[in-house]
Amino acid sequence: MSGRGAVGAPVVRKDAAAKILGEARYVDDLSCPGMLHGATVRTRSAGGTVERIEFGPGVDWSSFVVVTASDIPGVNATQMIELDQPVLASGRYRHAGEPVVLLAHADRRLLREAVAAVRLHERPNPSPVFSIDDALALRGEVCPGNVYRDYRMERGDLAAGEAVADVVFEGRFETGSQEHVYIEPQGMLAQIDAAGVLVVEGSMQCPYYVLGTLTAVTGRDPGSVRVVQCTTGGGFGGKEEYPSHIAAHAALLSLRAGGRPVKLVYDRAEDMLATPKRHPSRTLVRIGARRDGRLAFLDVDFALDGGAYTTLSPVVLSRGVIHAPGPYACPHARVRGRAVATNHPPNGAFRGFGAPQSIFAIEQAMDGLARALGMTPLELRRVNLLRPGDRSVPGQPIDETTDFDAVLDQALYESDYLARREAFAAFNAGNAAAGLPLRRGIGLATFHHGAGFTGNGEVVLASMAKVRADRRGQVEVVASSSEMGQGNTTSLCQVVADALGVPLERVTQARVDTHDVPDSGPTVASRTCMVVGLILEQAARRLRAELVAKAGLPVEGADEHAFAAACARYLDGHPTLEAEARYEPPASVQWDEVVFEGSPYASYAWASYVAEVEVDLTTCEVALTGFTAVQEVGRVVNPVIAAGQVEGGVVQGIGFALFEKVVWDGNGTMANNRMTNYIIPTSADIPPVRVFFQEQPGGAGPSGAKGLGELPMDGPGPAILSAVNDALGTRIASLPVLPEDVMDALQAASAREAA
Amino acid sequence: MSEGPVLSFTLNGRVFSAADGTVPSPAMRLLDLIRLHAGQTGTKEGCGEGECGACAVLVDGELANSCLVPVGQLHGCTVTSIEGLPRNDPLVAAFARAGAAQCGICTPGMVMAARALLDRDPHPTLEAVREALAGNLCRCTGYVRIHAAVLDAAAGEGTAGGGAS
Amino acid sequence: MSVQASAAGEWHRPGSLAEALDIRARAKDAVVPAAGCTDLMVGWNAGAGRWPTVLDLSALPELNRIDVDDAGVTIGAAVSCSRLANHPAVAGRLPMLVASARQTGSVAIQNRATLGGNIMNASPAADNPPVLLAYGARLTLASTRGSRSIDYADFHLDYKRTRAEPDELLVSVTVPFPSPYASVHYRKVGTRRAQAISKVALSVLLDAGAGVVREARFAFASMGPVPLLAGSLSAALRGRPLAGIDPALVTRALATDLSPRDDIRSTADYRRQVAVNLVMAAIADASAAEARRN
Repeated sequence: MSGRGAVGAPVVRKDAAAKILGEARYVDDLSCPGMLHGATVRTRSAGGTVERIEFGPGVDWSSFVVVTASDIPGVNATQMIELDQPVLASGRYRHAGEPVVLLAHADRRLLREAVAAVRLHERPNPSPVFSIDDALALRGEVCPGNVYRDYRMERGDLAAGEAVADVVFEGRFETGSQEHVYIEPQGMLAQIDAAGVLVVEGSMQCPYYVLGTLTAVTGRDPGSVRVVQCTTGGGFGGKEEYPSHIAAHAALLSLRAGGRPVKLVYDRAEDMLATPKRHPSRTLVRIGARRDGRLAFLDVDFALDGGAYTTLSPVVLSRGVIHAPGPYACPHARVRGRAVATNHPPNGAFRGFGAPQSIFAIEQAMDGLARALGMTPLELRRVNLLRPGDRSVPGQPIDETTDFDAVLDQALYESDYLARREAFAAFNAGNAAAGLPLRRGIGLATFHHGAGFTGNGEVVLASMAKVRADRRGQVEVVASSSEMGQGNTTSLCQVVADALGVPLERVTQARVDTHDVPDSGPTVASRTCMVVGLILEQAARRLRAELVAKAGLPVEGADEHAFAAACARYLDGHPTLEAEARYEPPASVQWDEVVFEGSPYASYAWASYVAEVEVDLTTCEVALTGFTAVQEVGRVVNPVIAAGQVEGGVVQGIGFALFEKVVWDGNGTMANNRMTNYIIPTSADIPPVRVFFQEQPGGAGPSGAKGLGELPMDGPGPAILSAVNDALGTRIASLPVLPEDVMDALQAASAREAA
Repeated sequence: MSEGPVLSFTLNGRVFSAADGTVPSPAMRLLDLIRLHAGQTGTKEGCGEGECGACAVLVDGELANSCLVPVGQLHGCTVTSIEGLPRNDPLVAAFARAGAAQCGICTPGMVMAARALLDRDPHPTLEAVREALAGNLCRCTGYVRIHAAVLDAAAGEGTAGGGAS
Repeated sequence: MSVQASAAGEWHRPGSLAEALDIRARAKDAVVPAAGCTDLMVGWNAGAGRWPTVLDLSALPELNRIDVDDAGVTIGAAVSCSRLANHPAVAGRLPMLVASARQTGSVAIQNRATLGGNIMNASPAADNPPVLLAYGARLTLASTRGSRSIDYADFHLDYKRTRAEPDELLVSVTVPFPSPYASVHYRKVGTRRAQAISKVALSVLLDAGAGVVREARFAFASMGPVPLLAGSLSAALRGRPLAGIDPALVTRALATDLSPRDDIRSTADYRRQVAVNLVMAAIADASAAEARRN
């Protein structure tokens, strides 16, 4: 009954024309009569106490809407994993940049002057902590013990593994923070409509998260609060959690203004200063192998800088812990993971969600171990890759559907890895002899990424989605899954079109509005196509079965006109035509979240990435000269969208590896919070990125699809750093690797040689 | 405003002038005039400092970041923003086919940058495309599909043209 | 988002240089001269407060000319980087100026930003000044008191301080064509390949007939409070054979000439080392070119 062939076809995105022509409406494009603009006054010290708020002279404060914590009708806490983060700080606070006072006015120039005229009398925290090491050493206290979560995953017997290891490698690896730089800054528009409903529209990934915070903060019942997603200009995790704050702020201002519309849109500097970023990490790895390369043990101490409040750190941490052993078989392993409190603004979700950090460490450690063994990085990976019959370190059985060697083989073939590695070594030897400045290197990363919420997360979410049709046979996907560029308004429709047996043109996704769409879960974790797509496929099949049973739709061979006719017949006798479905956990996902044991994900996507670099010793600049990305993602629902996801993720990974460095000021906030100084790759910085898909069976999603959005963020960091170290013979162990770091490493290496 | 000359220019064919009050201040950003006064919101603001290119428009056929252009400098100029681009410009279909738009916030500015390139170099090399778009930041696509779209549009343009200005 | 400029100061856009000089003479530092406005507007958007009174020079015919004679090119202060880079005489005879103009921000910036603005803004990281210093450019400044020509090498006094008087405007920049025996080298080391602010930039004009350095000018960006010429280095190299110049000699000379700092884009150590490396690379290039000529 399915199989009209939308799934797998490179169909043009449904939102393409509106976006290309500038007709799509983003939150800052909205405007309403009587609209006020909102602004935020923030703390300046890295924690402390706000002792007094002074509304300075020269401003007619009576013309402003002013909100402080005491004006909050409900709970003063964002509704996240813990309720430790206030919506508006009062008294004690933990970081610079915390919102304290909200202002609104119709005139944005006066608003700006008023923000400058509010003076917060702050008594600063005398001993803020800004690093993982300082926090763990308790050189200052953010919260008791400075640890939000401490997870352990232990398998086998570490001592037994150490006893049989012939070679051991130890290393310390670090990754920096990373700013999302979605090109649309965050923003919300709040107002009370004619029916008395608080309506908040804006840029977001997770409408029901926003709804949860709004009802808690305003004390309103869910029926009198409505959240609507506007066209969203990029998210990458950055609009998972913080939109709840902005929505609450805009709503508080609107409520205070008697329901007048209030638009609160950040400029770039405020967005970069205040919103969460990728967690900085430090990972200590001890890894041992037998002489033949088989891993004997793995001991990982993984720590993330969570910043000043818990936010999403526990789940970022758990994903990081589970991915820390990489795609390798190892009988004896211990991974300890801690999310640490510091006085930085909280860090949060960013594509990859803890996995890029721990995968970076294991991949670099594998290179180090290979050196210690006298093997090549490729040889060591070949020996240890997970194969059918193995269990991963967390405990997931690897079944016959997985052929990771085929993924690696294709990456080696497409990149011509072996020949290039040799050619680059010869090139470097020749240049060194001739005193020429260029060096070349090649690096390989092998990794996998689990799709969907970790472990029992999907069970807890119990996502629901529905499909509905009208008399003309026009079908709508009804779900809270939010388009932010990743393409779900097209790919989910492809899934539903095939399940119903109608052309793709008949299917669209309904506007994401919490008064209309059920909670299909947050739009995160590479889960939308795989998890929500499967729910929708189920709903579509139910709708079709209903039409067959009650409206005479032929089981086979019905065209779209027969479908429309059946819809009309059905609606003659029924008020609506819709079918819903709820997530049903696959039997394979069994996870013990206390001891971190079992099968944490329904599907893993597998990948091998190869990076080629050229380093100019004159300037220590690293030019990426080639990038090959091969991945196995199950059924590819839309090859153009899928390739775009991989290319975009790879380039964010290139930024993470070579360009993007968050510089902290003395108060622990981002000092380079401008696009001029926070450097993301431009069109001219990118090599040809060659993307290849393998479609092996067994994906947990519709038609065997797997999640893929985050996967491409994991590989570029380790592959690129390995290429740099290959080119130079250095042992750089942290990202980003800027020319200054390359120079330091070369000087350290020549000092070692001299000594 | 003092002894400056008469101020009048067109935006997508519509005349704006100081004389009739449609240009309230010469110091106004062109971006604000387009979005707030002309009500044409296809031109986006991503950074407000000329770094991201989301606000890019054509001024007399040359690419400019409208957040950095005070309207007082536009006397006699022809300004084209995305709303002034013909719907049948080959770039529109080429961007759609290639999957060059994801979140879409950079796309109008990117299209204007591509239009400026093709108007001065109808058959650019990949290298020329990479350089010409380097002032337009995209965080979704990794640029690969955007490059392909521009080359595709150039290949399809032949002698028919398709210029906006 | 950003506040629209409803609280603007006055906006003067004169149509002749005489009129502009008259305004400048009356208002002096109470007006901000501007042409491309690419820097002025960044400051405003970043919240610089109230709009200054602006003296918009973009409509002055005298500042929009490019004149060529046998000795060199005279470029009006309001000529954009794009126009400059595309001018045949500049493209043919002043390749370093083409290169620096094409690296002054993105295409959209190059279309608006002017050569005069890049000089008068007096940023030590500006892209075109090192090239102008290496070529030995002269500036023409004018006021109602008359006009004068000064060597650009004497123009920058200290961070954001120049020899321009409060009643003066920069009218034009005259860049002499280099000797046909000179070799030129330009390299900008930025934070990325395009649309970047320099960490280090070097522009070199080196005249080494018969393999011996006759004249060498090394000009740097981002290596001190102003765009600067490395005078000690020039003196140290004069009369030496190109082949076999000792990096230690260059390092010593540059230690006198340069005073780099740590900032948000790079470190003093990196800048110092790369400066030496860039000079050595330029010498090696010149040496190779010399060898090819013989």
